[in-house]
Amino acid sequence: MNIFVRLRKRNFISYISLYIIIFLYSLAILADFISPYPYNKQFRDTPLCPPTKINFFDKNGKFHLRPFVYEYKLVNPSLNKYEIDRNKICPIYFFVKGERRKILGLFPSRRYLFGVKEGKIFLFGTDMHGRDIFSRVLYGARISLSIGIIGVLISFFLGFLIGGISGYFGGKIDNVLMRLVEIFMMFPSFYLMLALRAVFPLNLSSFQVYLLIVIILSLIGWAGLARIIRGMVLSIKEEEYVLSAKALGIPTFRIIFRHIIPNTFSYSITAITLSIPGYILGESTLSLLGLGIQEPYPSWGNMLSVCIGNLRILSNAPWMLIPGFFIFLTIICFNFLGDGLRDVCDPKNW
Amino acid sequence: MKRYILNRLFQFIPLLIGMTFISFLIIQLSPGDYFTQLKMNPEISPETIEKMRKVFGLDKNIVVQYFYWLKNVFTFNLGVSFSYHVPVSYLIKIRLKNTISLSIFSIFLTWIISIPLGIYGAIKNKRWEEKILSFIAYIGISIPSFFLAMLFIFFISKTAILPLGGTTSIFYKGATPFERFIDYLKHLLVPGLILTLSGIGSLYRLMKNNFLEAINSPYIFTAYAKGIPTWKIYFKHALRNAINPMITIFGYELSGILSGAGLVEIITGWPGMGRLVLEGVLSFDLYLVMASLLIGGILLILGNLFADILLALVDPRVRFK
Repeated sequence: MNIFVRLRKRNFISYISLYIIIFLYSLAILADFISPYPYNKQFRDTPLCPPTKINFFDKNGKFHLRPFVYEYKLVNPSLNKYEIDRNKICPIYFFVKGERRKILGLFPSRRYLFGVKEGKIFLFGTDMHGRDIFSRVLYGARISLSIGIIGVLISFFLGFLIGGISGYFGGKIDNVLMRLVEIFMMFPSFYLMLALRAVFPLNLSSFQVYLLIVIILSLIGWAGLARIIRGMVLSIKEEEYVLSAKALGIPTFRIIFRHIIPNTFSYSITAITLSIPGYILGESTLSLLGLGIQEPYPSWGNMLSVCIGNLRILSNAPWMLIPGFFIFLTIICFNFLGDGLRDVCDPKNW
Repeated sequence: MKRYILNRLFQFIPLLIGMTFISFLIIQLSPGDYFTQLKMNPEISPETIEKMRKVFGLDKNIVVQYFYWLKNVFTFNLGVSFSYHVPVSYLIKIRLKNTISLSIFSIFLTWIISIPLGIYGAIKNKRWEEKILSFIAYIGISIPSFFLAMLFIFFISKTAILPLGGTTSIFYKGATPFERFIDYLKHLLVPGLILTLSGIGSLYRLMKNNFLEAINSPYIFTAYAKGIPTWKIYFKHALRNAINPMITIFGYELSGILSGAGLVEIITGWPGMGRLVLEGVLSFDLYLVMASLLIGGILLILGNLFADILLALVDPRVRFK
């Protein structure tokens, strides 16, 4: 906990970023409860509907304590023109009743955090099929945010294993392993990612794709981490406590895992935080190009894929870009947090 | 100097061989080989396929196959594209030119902009100028290049100030060489600027830190004490030492730029390697994908070699080691 106090005092932006990240993750976990609609619910009569404005004053200027929305009507389907019907007021209620869904996949519930009893509420507008983008962003967060964490953990495991062995034993093993690392680092990651994806068939089930993305991203990410950890192990293994552990006859692997690797933790936490954005980006890139998570499941990447090469949608419905803002927000928060942690963990700065 | 370069060249050879081996391994990993799809094509007789199998050595075991493949790679026979039915090397040759020009254009712009900015940021360290610049740099580092590209396209679709997609306009055929060049440049501007903007942030930060470290070194204090004018200290003494690590970074930056270029190409419709490799993946055109991967890796090696030579040129310590 000491770290967090220091973080708040030294680097306030990082501290706020930490809370934004926690907030985003809780949104993802509670997506079933917070989103007003299921991710695959299509409102065919309102495709590409602009974001619904929340009002407090009606057209006569009268103040309503309970915020309300107006209904949006599609007046020109070919141009996607919407008109606001200002005569009908649809108040927003908390814990409103809707379709039955399972919260966290466990507790069936019919009540959601907020919603309207009549009309519709699309906080971020709708996509081409009339699906609520706000709900899809929340559900998409589950995939986009979890892949970062899982991918980074697998990479770190590989990085620790290979970097630790390489740094500790040195000599030939080190030489061979480091050449391998260099080879992996010598491929441009985008090409390597696509090439690894090309090995597997395109039509996989969504769970398989999820696993595949995690594996691909970890395969790309481990090399850089292994190199960093090797460097750290090289310097730590010369320390006296390692020598004394050796003199006591403690087995090598125990020395690596009990004495050397724990000493790399403060650095690792920083490195983990700073490498999560890469995994989030990797997932969104693959999904964006149609090689990752497939419709109807949302991820922040595949929600943006309609924007590629589709100027008409992009210029008429800029709210389709909202998932991109979420990717950006997540990445910048992780970057701020990582830099703050590095600042705090460095004993030179205490 | 000559020895140094030769030494570096020799170090890259095992790397290159390893890369070809991994590329080859990826083809082997995938189900079915190159000819499974050709067999379905009624226009190609089984005899032709058998003959081609011999050429690629697919009837031998895997190590022999690898050497056959390697031999073919060295003679630029990278296989035939399943979907285009032309040699992969031909396809790549067209696209490679565009990717290289895009990369060089954006590398040039990125360095031209971020080096002076980095120096400025270091001089104004902890003042409001530096704080604003660093905050913008944070945004630049964190914004995904594809998202930046989409914002750019959105902006252009509203204003139509720059052409989008392709490398040439319709009037290209009747134009003079100079007009053609300008036209190409105009088309290059959108993907180039996107790539530049997403690269400036990290380079600015590196340059700022390097320069900061340089101007806080003892030799700079000595220079001050001797009464050397400030601008001379900055540009003659500090800059030379601050720029060295940047050249080493260049190799790593290049990887990011090539990857970024691939993605930005796809989104802005610039016909480069990125689009080609995506088309390859979508149509399960393995040889195309592998060749692109290999070429991407070779580009990176060449870039690193270039950076090493450059470093030797500017830093005598490297040269005489």
